[in-house]
Amino acid sequence: MKSLAELAAIREKMKDKVILREGSGEIRVVVGMATCGIAAGARPVLNAFVEGVNKEGLAEKVTVSQTGCIGVCQFEPVVEVFEADKEKVTYIKMTPEKAAEVIEKHLKGGKVIADYTITKALA
Amino acid sequence: MKELSLNILDIAQNSVKAGASLIEILLTETPETLTIRIVDNGCGMTAAQVESVMDPFFTTRTTRSVGLGVPLLKLAAEQTGGSVEIVSSAQAEDHGTAVTALFNKNHIDFTPLGDIISTVTALIQGAPGIDWQFVHSRGGDAVTLDTRELRAVLGDVPMDQYDVMQWIGEYLREGYAALPACE
Ligand SMILES: Nc1ncnc2c1ncn2[C@@H]1O[C@H](COP(=O)(O)OP(=O)(O)OP(=O)(O)O)[C@@H](O)[C@H]1O
Ligand code: FES
Ligand SMILES: [Mg+2]
Repeated sequence: MKSLAELAAIREKMKDKVILREGSGEIRVVVGMATCGIAAGARPVLNAFVEGVNKEGLAEKVTVSQTGCIGVCQFEPVVEVFEADKEKVTYIKMTPEKAAEVIEKHLKGGKVIADYTITKALA
Repeated sequence: MKELSLNILDIAQNSVKAGASLIEILLTETPETLTIRIVDNGCGMTAAQVESVMDPFFTTRTTRSVGLGVPLLKLAAEQTGGSVEIVSSAQAEDHGTAVTALFNKNHIDFTPLGDIISTVTALIQGAPGIDWQFVHSRGGDAVTLDTRELRAVLGDVPMDQYDVMQWIGEYLREGYAALPACE
């Protein structure tokens, strides 16, 4: 059974670590979670980013957060990637599978997946 | 919405936006019904706002003029012969909102609850600084989670730390495994 003692152990473990506050990472991944985003499947996409970023050991570098309306309902689920000194990348019609690819190629590899971006859809 | 747990995620986001410091998500099942209550201590609404919030052409947002969250919940409840009620106060002494939705589980148009654990973890991940109380009771038993209890142990470790989020997910999964499948 899960016990509060395990949480106490997590607290102990965290004591020596610098805790990353939201937005302090080099890369910010923001998932649109307005009504339209949630209806279109934003929840599993958020999950995929939270889990993937941690499993790939990117937690120091990447923070994952949520926002409301991004203003492009027809393209939901929408995910924005912010990186210092770089232009914002807007990924559209996201799925957990595409999220895994974005983690691998973009967040890890530094290469934007142009095919999934809004720029491509509007071109 | 494909799952009622998605409506819950959406409606609870309204409570976050309303600046609540405590949000309760209370699910109660009988053999025939499911009652979903989302209670917050946020800024609340005036009587006139509550009245119009049920109407899809009301929203205080400016980016788009139509609020869909509450109407979608209402639709999901009413299509099972159930209903949605909103009680809210914008007074300084007792500000807050309670949204109560009643569903007839055995109705053919009942939407399944779906992945409620993902909804709870997504809410905590999105607003780790506020307190969440979750209670799902069924068959004389209940799955419960209260972030105030967790916080007492965690001290200043944020609730959205991955290890903590994983603990919460696992804890809820264990709770559901022990909960009777029905009344
Ligand atoms: N718990 C609450 N506390 C205070 N105000 C609320 C609450 N719930 C709803 N409201 C008000 O009612 C409005 C309509 O809510 P609704 O969820 O239907 O749409 P919305 O949040 O504006 O947009 P969306 O379609 O993205 O959900 C909100 O904009 C807000 O002003
Ligand atoms: S309401 Fe759909 S993106 Fe804003
Ligand atoms: Mg809403």
